[in-house]
Amino acid sequence: MTAVPRDPMLPVLFRIEKVRRDLSDTFTMELVPEAGGEFSFKPGQFNMLYVFGVGEIPISISGDPGDRSVLVHTTRAVGAVSSALDSLKAGDQIGVRGPYGTAWPIESAYGQDVVFVAGGVGLAPLRPAIYHAMNNRERYGKVMVLYGARTPEDILFKKELERWRGRFDMDVLVTVDRATGKWSGNVGVVTNLVARGGFDPLHTTAFVCGPEVMMRYGASALEKKGVARDTIWISMERNMKCGVGLCGHCQWGSHFVCKDGPVFRYDSVADLFQVREL
Amino acid sequence: MPAAEGTAPLAVILDQAGLDGLLTAIRAKGWRTIGPRVADDAVIYDEIETVADLPMGVGDEQKGGYYRLKARGDQALFGYTSGAQGWKRVLYPPRQKLFSAKRTASGFTIDPMAQPDAPLALIGVRACEMAAINVQAKVFGDKDFADPGYQGRLKGALIVAVECTRAGDTCFCDSMGTGPEVGTGYDIKLVEMVGKAGVTYVATAATDKGAKLLKAAKGKPAAEADLAAAAKAVKAAAKQSRKMETATSAKLKDVPEHARWDQVAARCMTCGNCTMVCPTCFCTTVEDVTDLKGDHAERWRKWDSCFTVDFSYIHGGAIRTEVRSRYRQWITHKLSTWHDQFGQAGCVGCGRCITWCPVGIDITEEVAAIHDSTKGRK
Amino acid sequence: MVKPDDLGKIIDEHPFFQGIDDTLRALLVGCAANERYEAGQFLFREGQEAAKFYLVRAGTVAVEIDVPGKQPIVIETIGEGEVAGWSWIVEPYRSTFDARAIGLVRAISFDGKCLRKKMAADPALGYEVLRRFVPMMAHRLSSARLQMLDLYGPSAKPEKVKKAKVKAAGKTKGTNRSPAARLAKAAKKSKKDS
Repeated sequence: MTAVPRDPMLPVLFRIEKVRRDLSDTFTMELVPEAGGEFSFKPGQFNMLYVFGVGEIPISISGDPGDRSVLVHTTRAVGAVSSALDSLKAGDQIGVRGPYGTAWPIESAYGQDVVFVAGGVGLAPLRPAIYHAMNNRERYGKVMVLYGARTPEDILFKKELERWRGRFDMDVLVTVDRATGKWSGNVGVVTNLVARGGFDPLHTTAFVCGPEVMMRYGASALEKKGVARDTIWISMERNMKCGVGLCGHCQWGSHFVCKDGPVFRYDSVADLFQVREL
Repeated sequence: MPAAEGTAPLAVILDQAGLDGLLTAIRAKGWRTIGPRVADDAVIYDEIETVADLPMGVGDEQKGGYYRLKARGDQALFGYTSGAQGWKRVLYPPRQKLFSAKRTASGFTIDPMAQPDAPLALIGVRACEMAAINVQAKVFGDKDFADPGYQGRLKGALIVAVECTRAGDTCFCDSMGTGPEVGTGYDIKLVEMVGKAGVTYVATAATDKGAKLLKAAKGKPAAEADLAAAAKAVKAAAKQSRKMETATSAKLKDVPEHARWDQVAARCMTCGNCTMVCPTCFCTTVEDVTDLKGDHAERWRKWDSCFTVDFSYIHGGAIRTEVRSRYRQWITHKLSTWHDQFGQAGCVGCGRCITWCPVGIDITEEVAAIHDSTKGRK
Repeated sequence: MVKPDDLGKIIDEHPFFQGIDDTLRALLVGCAANERYEAGQFLFREGQEAAKFYLVRAGTVAVEIDVPGKQPIVIETIGEGEVAGWSWIVEPYRSTFDARAIGLVRAISFDGKCLRKKMAADPALGYEVLRRFVPMMAHRLSSARLQMLDLYGPSAKPEKVKKAKVKAAGKTKGTNRSPAARLAKAAKKSKKDS
């Protein structure tokens, strides 16, 4: 007899090593497995995070895929579980299941320009892919990060974006919907940054992540610039209770967003975007 | 499937005492026997011990939004068409504990579920129900993330199927290709023959364990004539008044803006009955409970329904707020996108969603309406 | 002084008029001038005659609205390769916003009156200019609409029935049964005790 397969619904215990506040409602946690060992994942994948007695939520991994010693999650506190997660501190434990879902096919972009289009907290699921591009910089043409935030105070990973912008081999453009304070940077939606171009549309792979509306318009702005649908990738969000295709909640047309996604090639889902309440 | 020469499957004739002997033999081997019995004016599948627990002489009448038991005036034990609910209740219970967790000085610990209960013997599985069990086995049998609970219960189960010899008014298994004859997956198959001389069962074994049990039941070998009579009786169940337009139903995903969705939304009460009685609907949610001190927590998995607004909730709001989108999701998934996901339809034609819909919405009629409106279009 | 020949080349290099027919470009050059704005200088002001529009060659222009008692609100920024100003083409030819140079801005300006006259005289030029202005204006409109959505804002709270305020303890009949009242009472008591 072979051993009974492990129940995919059973979390593994992780300890919080560090918590960093990114924005008033957004924070980044560094986690290590309680039982020791490493955690490997692909950029774009997510984990189900369990807070004792409160519940479980899907959160994408925001750390460096090259560093297996620590698991990094960036979360915005919007609901009961994410708020409970927000109240935890270093030394506390949470349950982790994963990594689940499809990944940004960052390696398929070798030899091409790569454009990351992020909106709001959507920069977090893209960060592992950006790390990968930087760790393998010589394999890419241009590397561009186009980021839109609500206000200058809502810019996620600000210091890191500044550091990236300081590099000579990377273009980082940031825009805000609403300027506040002494902001002297771009004002306007992130699709404006796409419209400005600066990449070779025929040899570009684009990764788009943010609110669904932003991804829809972001993808169509890329298309307008001449980027082919089959080289544009987006990351979907739907209600998820299990993360492994068993609970049925995340269905979007024929897809289970948890296992067929969250990362989809734009041409395979563009039609679904047009159906309301699907 | 015709058996090869010389290895004809074991077939015996049992009377009701013989059937009782079979139940005894099954229980003696450690199986928990689950079968039909009457409760709350319905046939349900529950714990049974002897033939006396079975619904003798009970028939049923089912139509849109209507279910009544009625006396048949005979001694048949399987004279009803299908129970109120399928076998999903026992193979994938409505509430399942996923784990419990306990707070400790340094955090918490997670205790996985206890070992499963005694293996199940499912007595009286119909063709559509056998098909539904197989459909769910695929759903819970993902190569990476199978559900060990369902797989374990199914693997340990003994399945005694019963052929239908008449179709109910809401049945449409024939058009779904899931009946009326029982397909694969069973260990023993019974055909109930109600005659002037009494009730007998033509019992066939399909597996070794089924054959062993049949031998223990000590029936007399079935003659060619018995088998022929049984086969003829089964044919009668193919007379069905409803029919699914499967070519159209498989393409429902292509008509998300069809006017029919508004039409059905005006009738649908989004009660979710159809999803609860459907033998293939598999959606679940999870519930977290803690004791008052907050030191002990449990996670429970509960059946859920795509007809609730909460089902599609993501922070900020639900995706499917309108009735039309929720009905469309259910029927499109069941009949159309299920093909993309699992290589077959999610509907087995049991008709329960029609029977148990409080307003009698008929899945075949909804598809037929769309079929008629798109006829001639390519 | 930039010679007309050079201006033609600059116009050609800017994405907005890229690929325009030579004869039409020559007509454009006749209305164009090279300009430079220091940080803080205005390219145009709300309500004033929209005398010109600009092809931005370098630097960033903020399109903004002045709000008395507050910092001006920046609606959008226009960067290198983009166009500032379209009121010159829409009657009554008055600017609807302020446009301010954020840093040093280099631009080619076009005299609105001059160009309108030429466009009226030469429909081919008129069509060519409008053909390039309309998509730009459509883009600005759809961007403004997206911007209005506040996409990254805190998600709207799910509609919840507002809880009725707990009436002041003592005034209701079920004082003892109300958990809020009990807590309030306990708090009062513990204050007294300490």
